[in-house]
Amino acid sequence: MIWFFLLSGLFLGWSLGANDAANIFGTAVGTKMVRFKTAALVGSVFVILGAVVDGAGATHTLGKLGAVNAMAGSFTVALAAGATVAWMTKLKLPVSTSQSIVGAIIGWNLFTASPTDLNSLTKIISTWVVCPVLAAVFAIILFKIAKFFLNRARIHLLELDAYTRLGLILVGAFGAYSLGANNIANVMGVFVPASPFKDVHLLNFFHLTGTQQLFFLGALAIAVGIYTYSYRVMTTVGNEIFRLSPVAALVVVLSESLVLFIFASEGLEKWLIFHGLPPVPLVPVSSSQAVVGAVIGIGIVKSGGKGINFNVLWKIASGWVTTPIAAAVLSFVGLFFVQNVFQQEVVKPVTYEISRPVLVEMQNEGLPIQNLEKLNGRVFYRTADFRRQLKSVEKSSEKQLYRIFNLAKVDTIRIDSVLASREMDPQWFNPEQIQAVKKLHGKIFLHHWQLAKALVKESDAWKPRTGKEAAIFNKDLKKKLSYLFQLFRK
Amino acid sequence: MQLLLKKTKELENQIENYLDIVLQGGLCFKEGVKYYLREQLDDFEKRLSDLDRMESDGDELRRTIESSLYAQTLIPESRGDVLGLLESTDRVLNTMAETLLQFSVEIPDILPDLHQAYLDLTDASINAVEALVQAIRAYFRDITAVRDHINKVQFHENESDKISEKIKRQVFRSDIRLSHKIHMRYFAYHIENIADEAEDVCDRLAIATIKRYI
Repeated sequence: MIWFFLLSGLFLGWSLGANDAANIFGTAVGTKMVRFKTAALVGSVFVILGAVVDGAGATHTLGKLGAVNAMAGSFTVALAAGATVAWMTKLKLPVSTSQSIVGAIIGWNLFTASPTDLNSLTKIISTWVVCPVLAAVFAIILFKIAKFFLNRARIHLLELDAYTRLGLILVGAFGAYSLGANNIANVMGVFVPASPFKDVHLLNFFHLTGTQQLFFLGALAIAVGIYTYSYRVMTTVGNEIFRLSPVAALVVVLSESLVLFIFASEGLEKWLIFHGLPPVPLVPVSSSQAVVGAVIGIGIVKSGGKGINFNVLWKIASGWVTTPIAAAVLSFVGLFFVQNVFQQEVVKPVTYEISRPVLVEMQNEGLPIQNLEKLNGRVFYRTADFRRQLKSVEKSSEKQLYRIFNLAKVDTIRIDSVLASREMDPQWFNPEQIQAVKKLHGKIFLHHWQLAKALVKESDAWKPRTGKEAAIFNKDLKKKLSYLFQLFRK
Repeated sequence: MQLLLKKTKELENQIENYLDIVLQGGLCFKEGVKYYLREQLDDFEKRLSDLDRMESDGDELRRTIESSLYAQTLIPESRGDVLGLLESTDRVLNTMAETLLQFSVEIPDILPDLHQAYLDLTDASINAVEALVQAIRAYFRDITAVRDHINKVQFHENESDKISEKIKRQVFRSDIRLSHKIHMRYFAYHIENIADEAEDVCDRLAIATIKRYI
């Protein structure tokens, strides 16, 4: 059954491979600079590498938007996203898997009354706008550099041709890697909380998490999409949309790849934080829109922006609104059918409890609790009930609701020192951290934040830091905590 | 990298060799006309056969270049332009070979007063061919220089027009048979035509160069 549910994600992966690979190798193959065989092989290998090695960053942001926690739910969400993409493509409207999946997840949140993390949502939506703009800026800069260099380097036309071919393959590999890293979240992101895979360790140095195995599977679907269908799309893209010189095409692909990479790489994020620069949010973005942005950038350099087709820009901008809404509606309706007609569990019941410690913690976080006191001692077994009760006693914003949901969520954790010594990887956790966990042996925690607090009490090694590099450490700390929650969950 | 560029270098050399042939063909033509006017007919015939050989060598080389451009799908964007350039350059070479052959066949009687004018006309036309070869070389390696060479071609073509016109005026005002006049005009026209053909190639080249700017 699990495999059946995964099918919708694999379908989404297939269509991503069929469509988006053309954004990377379309010009190269369409203009016969690179053979399709070469492009497909390089594309597939690097999409898989990107997804498995660097796919976690963007997935994390998507996961925060809504934690789809039941397989049938993930299936429906991915299916709704896939159907939206197929449907809008048929209507010849610009569409991106990234925008589609976000809409579908929000549809799930609405259907299950789960809170939407507005912080993540704003982050995601602003990235959509930034993505083509940034691609245009990159294209302008790179194009100017290329022009400056090439007009002086006196490279023979035929040599330039050979270098461009090599460049298209290398940049294509980078682009495929970035596409895999950035867009695997769209394909497999919703399956992560419900993933059927367990971590695999091989010979101590080869370590593949369950999520990575899931990504590998999704990336395989993308590769199949590249091999089976992308050739047609590539020849269309190569001959119809771009009429660019090969070097300009190379600049376009490089700009697009850089944008995808920037919004996907955890390594780059760490580097930025380390150097005191503002980190870039890791968000799945649309490769098609990045390409259009880059082409517009080239148009600006070449003709001072005279040739910009504002119709195209308007179409893109309208896609930011119509795609998510269509996907959300489709997802909502789909979930209704899957739940009520096919009798499948689209959301795992989550228990919420308002108790004294929870109220105290809320107060610590600055949430208004006077009216919530009325709910003290009550337990809710359904998300929708809890939301309704909260709404009836206090007019909270969606942001506050999101915090309240997180604090009140019951997820019983029981610390077991044997399990800790067996499972906690000493290369990841430092000895102090492991020691602190072991000291809590036998203790039971009802809420996630309670365990986090108890650990801080035991050892400073679990304390969030401030100052330079703090962001990297704190992010890792969060990852370690969520690993513990999974490990000791009762 | 060497391996990657091996085939490219080979083709590059072929194109260079082809342009060398065109250039040498021009010089050969110039020498041929000079020997004809000096009535050193043995030397003239030698130049004629040289030029003939160059013309057929050029044809063969051009075909090799064209087929490898297509067989290896090289420079897909500029392939058509390069092909057009090579073919129209070939026409220049052909015109030179044909004109020299006509000297040999028709043995025109050029008035001694006009010898210098004919030599000047030949010089101007062959200068245009030389500038054309430089322009084409620049197209491959240094597009910013193409314009300068094209300007030179246009200048020499203009010169050849003027000299040719001068010859024709002088011919038709002299007291000789009309058939003789027409025969001399015919040769002035053909030598001038070499520069015209070179200019035609440059017109193509100018457009191809614009396309090459990235």
